[in-house]
Amino acid sequence: MIKLFLPLDSAAVAVGADAVANEILRVTASRDTRVTLTRTGSRGMHWLEPMLEIEDENGRRAFGNVTSEMVASLFDTDFSNDHPAALGRVEEIDFLKAQTRIIFTRCGITNPLSLDDYKQHTGLSGLGAATEMKPAAIVDEVMTSGLRGRGGAAFPAGIKWNTVLGAEADQKYIVCNADEGDSGTFADRMIMEGDPFLLIEGMLIAGLGVGATKGFIYLRSEYPVAERILGEAIKIARTTGLLGANAGGSGKAFDIELFMGAGAYICGEETSLLESLEGKRGQVRAKPPLPALEGLHGKPTLVHNVISLCSVPSILANGGAWYRDLGMGRSTGTMPFQLAGNIKNGGLFEAPFGVSLGELVHGIGGGTRSGKPVRAVQVGGPLGAYLPAEMLDIKMDYEAFQEIGAGVGHGGIVVFDDTANLAVQAKYAFDFCAIESCGKCTPCRIGSVRGSEVMAKVIAGNDVADNLTLIADLCEVMEDGSLCAMGGMTPVPVMSAIEHFPEDFTGVTVAEEK
Amino acid sequence: MKNAALALIKPYVCDTGGLLKALNTLQKTHGYIDAALIPLIADTFNITKAEVKGVISFYEDFRRSPAGKHVIKICQAEACQAVGARKLMEKTRRKIGLPADNLARDTSVTNRVTISPVFCLGLCASGPAAMVDGILRGRLDEDDFSNEIKALEGAEK
Repeated sequence: MIKLFLPLDSAAVAVGADAVANEILRVTASRDTRVTLTRTGSRGMHWLEPMLEIEDENGRRAFGNVTSEMVASLFDTDFSNDHPAALGRVEEIDFLKAQTRIIFTRCGITNPLSLDDYKQHTGLSGLGAATEMKPAAIVDEVMTSGLRGRGGAAFPAGIKWNTVLGAEADQKYIVCNADEGDSGTFADRMIMEGDPFLLIEGMLIAGLGVGATKGFIYLRSEYPVAERILGEAIKIARTTGLLGANAGGSGKAFDIELFMGAGAYICGEETSLLESLEGKRGQVRAKPPLPALEGLHGKPTLVHNVISLCSVPSILANGGAWYRDLGMGRSTGTMPFQLAGNIKNGGLFEAPFGVSLGELVHGIGGGTRSGKPVRAVQVGGPLGAYLPAEMLDIKMDYEAFQEIGAGVGHGGIVVFDDTANLAVQAKYAFDFCAIESCGKCTPCRIGSVRGSEVMAKVIAGNDVADNLTLIADLCEVMEDGSLCAMGGMTPVPVMSAIEHFPEDFTGVTVAEEK
Repeated sequence: MKNAALALIKPYVCDTGGLLKALNTLQKTHGYIDAALIPLIADTFNITKAEVKGVISFYEDFRRSPAGKHVIKICQAEACQAVGARKLMEKTRRKIGLPADNLARDTSVTNRVTISPVFCLGLCASGPAAMVDGILRGRLDEDDFSNEIKALEGAEK
């Protein structure tokens, strides 16, 4: 019996994993070979996808960049380590070896839709601990852990939980923000596709902690694979009693509904998400009132990013103090850093905070995919700063990034080589804001359009100095006059590009210079 | 048509976010949301026509007219830009006779192909990425891909 494993993750499917799976079935049928093929999540080494694994008595061996044409030769050579695609033992691959996988511990190993697999690989141990605890004790563990919201704002989770717990109401909600729209991020997608029960467990624990009986997962429509996997996982959770009147044997009711968005980046902002979840235009709400007190339908609502909720089960299983001792300073625990853009070894790298950006980009990531020098790195999505190659010794830490006017955000790291023109990127930041602004605040709605126009003039070389002054002024207005981060932080990529790459804002295009 | 639409949207009337669910269902079923249905939707959900219109116009997924036979979404966000997404879009649009405007949603001249930018498919380490008729695609080569779309556009005339 040959046991094979192949990811069903979008990053594998997008480069031909389904064709490989079909070819494996075809080859095995024609050769009368007994094979089981399990579709798993991804290990996160996206440059090696589709990555096929075979299990033997010593564990798993991997084959990278497998094509359907290659499948027959793998069988012909008995999946030999001498095959050109062979990568050797999976755990020995440096990219995996260097990680501390807490959230992604099962991802790529188990069948995402097998609750038995999940339990056999330490799943539900956090829930087990939580069911023995009083709500306040659950919240205390989260408080002790120092976990901060992974969606981008990095707000201390424990404080939010405590607020919802303390609010008196006939109904409270857990809302999972799975509207992962930041370019350069895919951690939410990967965990939802590769280990959906972890999110369900995290939401259930949150429900027990703050006294909520209903959860929603607000998922973006650009994630069709996650939609299918989560939908099936929720069904399984309901049939097996993990969700329901006595959810997971807790004695309390909890159910989860999967809710699909309709293509709006702004709905990743929590108040806009709540509006959308109520079936309205996703327009930002003013805060206060805080969603923790008046959220969905005006009821106390715990809104958390996918990765925040997926961090909870291990905190409950191992204790808040254990989690707090990972990471550095006030940035506790692990973060799934996403190495993206023009990078050789692109993928997901989970590590405690404190690793340097340069180590991630050059060491782990292997530099650019194009082989050209790294020119700029944007950390934290479209609203994150562009940093030059000289600044990459900075440590991945919320406070360290804040000090230089940047943000860790959702942990996305987008690498650009020396062909990038930062004036073009800065103009794009305005364009993106113009397209995705909800329209509520004038500085964001109009300012983004004007910003794009003015930046076009800078690029064309018209009154460069004056127009850059105008941009700086406009950015100040957007920052001070917008309710949410969309308008308030669009100035971050713009101004960081101007500050660190002034040579691109001279009105002489890079092409003309060279 | 109105009865069929009513049957589709009625189950969501009392749901949280029912209007969005109803519109998502109509969009999936018909490929667009017919303006003629707006009064019916408003009536069913007991809200104004303006509110319905406002919701439809807010979300990128809701089309107000049918798309081309093939729907192509090419990621134009930063991670894909870093590996040539702009050129991929430009070349593909040019091949099927569309003017250069990477951020525009457009239909090709023969109504066979609709090309839109999309802002992130979560394939940021496997770019440039796209979605062709709902199928995810990564590490695209601009020549191969633009020829493939050109073939889609030219076929079935």
